[in-house]
Amino acid sequence: MEPQEIERLVQETIRDAEVRVSDLTGTGDHFEIVVVSDSFRGKTLIEQHQLVQASVKSALDDGRIHAIQIRTATKEDKAKRQSADDGLRIVGE
Amino acid sequence: MTQNVIEQIKSDIQSNKILIYMKGTPEAPQCGFSAATVELIKSFGHPFATRDILAGPGLREQVPKLTNWPTFPQVFVSGKLIGGCDIVHEMHERGELEPLLAEAFNSPNKST
Repeated sequence: MEPQEIERLVQETIRDAEVRVSDLTGTGDHFEIVVVSDSFRGKTLIEQHQLVQASVKSALDDGRIHAIQIRTATKEDKAKRQSADDGLRIVGE
Repeated sequence: MTQNVIEQIKSDIQSNKILIYMKGTPEAPQCGFSAATVELIKSFGHPFATRDILAGPGLREQVPKLTNWPTFPQVFVSGKLIGGCDIVHEMHERGELEPLLAEAFNSPNKST
């Protein structure tokens, strides 16, 4: 899939989301998805990640995406830790 | 059989203050993410239980269905899923993991 398609999927579920999608392997099926949204306020990290996972579930289920790595923040979080996005880790199964 | 597996999962989650569903064992993890998660949790010095999802049938299929979380490892604290490898590390970076674990052991109910 193209990163732009994934951005669209996330924004369909999380309307105010600022989304940044990177193809981690260049193969169109391993992505990092960074989402900033105020709908995350008051939610635990796992609830935030579950929202993002739900938004791309169809593509994970039918195999178009093999693995995703998620980072989430509220707009307030983002302002507080602008440098926190630097350290990327590979996660998945 | 499936029903027994589900009951066992629920019972394990409720009866351990910290429980990790992982690939392999703490001594012989079968996946880098499971290994990294166990190492981090171990560093706080609290007792924790683990279940090897590769060891028997059922866990690998049923745990994700119950938790709405697709991957392993899965870390439970006080009966609640808190996350996988990336989330527990992010919580640790934010300074949120240690107080959460400490609180689990300060609460009087639930045995280890």
